[in-house]
Amino acid sequence: MNLNRRTILSAAAATPLLGARGARAQAANTIRIGILNDQSGLYRDLSGPGSTQAVRMAIQESGITQRGVNVEVVQADHQNRPDVGATVVRQWIDRDNVDVIVDVPTSSVALAVNTIVREKNKVFLNSGAATSDLTGAACSPNTIHWTYDTWMLARSTGGAMVRAGGQTWFFITADYAFGHALERDTAEFVRSAGGRVLGQVRTPFPGTTDFSSFLLQAQASRAQVVGLANAGGDTINSIKQAAEFGLTRGGRTKLAGLLVFITDVHSLGLQTAQGLVLTETFYWDLNDKTRAFTTRLGAMPGNIKPSMVQAGCYSAVLHYLKAVGDMGVSAAKASGLEAVNRMKAMPTDDDAFGPGSVRSDGRKLHPSYLFEVKTPAESRAPWDYYKLLGTTAATDSFRPLGEGGCTLPRS
Amino acid sequence: MDLFGIPAPLLFGQLLLGLINGAFYALLSLGLAVIFGMLNVINFTHGAQFMMGAFVAWMLLNWLGIGYWGALILAPIIVGITGIILERLMIAKLYKLDHLYGLLLTFGLGLIIEGLFRNEFGSSGLPYRIPAELTGAWDLGFMFMPVYRGWVVVVAFVMCLATWLVIEKTKIGSYLRAATENPALVQAFGINVPRMMTLTYGAGVALAAFAGVLAAPIYSVNPQMGSNLIIIVFAVVVIGGMGSILGSVLTGFGLGVIEGLTKVFYPEASSTVIFVVMAIVLLARPAGLFGRS
Repeated sequence: MNLNRRTILSAAAATPLLGARGARAQAANTIRIGILNDQSGLYRDLSGPGSTQAVRMAIQESGITQRGVNVEVVQADHQNRPDVGATVVRQWIDRDNVDVIVDVPTSSVALAVNTIVREKNKVFLNSGAATSDLTGAACSPNTIHWTYDTWMLARSTGGAMVRAGGQTWFFITADYAFGHALERDTAEFVRSAGGRVLGQVRTPFPGTTDFSSFLLQAQASRAQVVGLANAGGDTINSIKQAAEFGLTRGGRTKLAGLLVFITDVHSLGLQTAQGLVLTETFYWDLNDKTRAFTTRLGAMPGNIKPSMVQAGCYSAVLHYLKAVGDMGVSAAKASGLEAVNRMKAMPTDDDAFGPGSVRSDGRKLHPSYLFEVKTPAESRAPWDYYKLLGTTAATDSFRPLGEGGCTLPRS
Repeated sequence: MDLFGIPAPLLFGQLLLGLINGAFYALLSLGLAVIFGMLNVINFTHGAQFMMGAFVAWMLLNWLGIGYWGALILAPIIVGITGIILERLMIAKLYKLDHLYGLLLTFGLGLIIEGLFRNEFGSSGLPYRIPAELTGAWDLGFMFMPVYRGWVVVVAFVMCLATWLVIEKTKIGSYLRAATENPALVQAFGINVPRMMTLTYGAGVALAAFAGVLAAPIYSVNPQMGSNLIIIVFAVVVIGGMGSILGSVLTGFGLGVIEGLTKVFYPEASSTVIFVVMAIVLLARPAGLFGRS
């Protein structure tokens, strides 16, 4: 029955553009941004309408509209399904002249969009998806993977757990592209550090709400670390139910939330989430610049603080529009490849991520941060959730160029 | 000791967990069966009403300071009243039409309610803690059994039994059963059939909300928590036999166990196994396991 509702939703999301088709004279001077993400499911809060708000702020702050360039934004719900995402993107590009696709959480959808955007020579700025394949086996000259990826999460969170003595691992993995990639990348780190993977269980996605059965299997494996290779609502339910079933009692078994967003921590509450170690590339309360960024963004839908995915949408669109301003609208529209190359040639800098760069394989480079969730007593204000454990420099955060199997020529 | 290549303790644990999930399926399908049996309406709003139960519990706690035990009584009443209003204003107008109209209306209402909650509260959910009296766990030797889950099974079982007794063994239950067979005749005996239907719908909705309050401390309280469960619960009702109360309860617990075992032997299939069972049952017995054709 979700199918019916969601098909209707995506159709509705695509219709507003029909009216704009007549205005061909303006079209040559208009950049169209399509924001594709989860508007109704478990990834809505960490991407969803908040990403649109961040993109609108990027357009405003880029100053490009004052120079006579029109920028239009459309958005749609991909319902976490690759077929739906692919259909929307084809329509956007073929019929509605969309130039750049932004966000796209859910790795399976992102991989589908990645292929279409390359085929159509447009631009894909991915913030929401995690799979490191986007800059590995599936890398594309039209795609930039902006905010984070599974390799970086594995290195930071996984590495920290191994250093703390977690030698044997069991994975609870969401059964799709993202979960598989996160499990694979983390397992590699564990093995290279001399640890062992005792087993894994693949949980159906989406639609799993009860993880107790899988947690019990993890417990039976007697692994020291239970790695959660899942995200959003799945992670929330796993952590909640792990506490309920006493998985970590006695301190023998540790839970590793390999991808935890601030919206997940908010939903869990500090009482349950305290002590959790996690990695993000953006935290609203990290420094003066991120705080200023968050203030400028204003009240978000659902009264949340921006997630790293939403901040990534801002940062990516800001940089894209800088490149457009540099090379001219018509050149940027004519070739997505050239627009991406221009973005790679320019250094990045914004309040959310600080200075950084885009590598030739499409990997955006910036520092990553290892955080620990505060206890209720340590938290002094709403959304005061993290303390910083360590920072990994931009050059070390992501998989070294050449190790991912990307065949794009090096610049 | 190993059974089917799985350590016995793990297998027992899974059986128990299956029973716990089955308790939710049973409670939810019970409400659906009551509504379908008496009103002939396939209530697709049921998932949203389950979700409302959990949210009302959260609101009672955070806005009025009323804890879990109060919510267990108040939330079903509050959500039940919204059900009664819904029945009076909209659903009652459709009794004379084909099932399909009721299905479409309740389906649409479910989407609207879910959307409203999503707009207001976001999608990642709100924390709701297990009441202090029910925290902790028993060490059963083969597994670590949270007290709260034990409570859920017991309460769900008692609730199912009570509903079955009311409908099968009391005078008011006999009126209800008679009214579904021949409403005109029952009306002729001076019984207010429309009001009885309204109250039945309210009671069915209250059962969904009750399950919602029970679920709040286990799952994250989020707007899509109902739509995740409702499809499974519909399969349960179809397997048990539309409108059969005993059928839905037994099937609910039974399928919980089957799903639990699938999670050990072939976890990837655990979200589909119930539908495979449904297909097989429909082929062999189109009216469901306990239904009358």
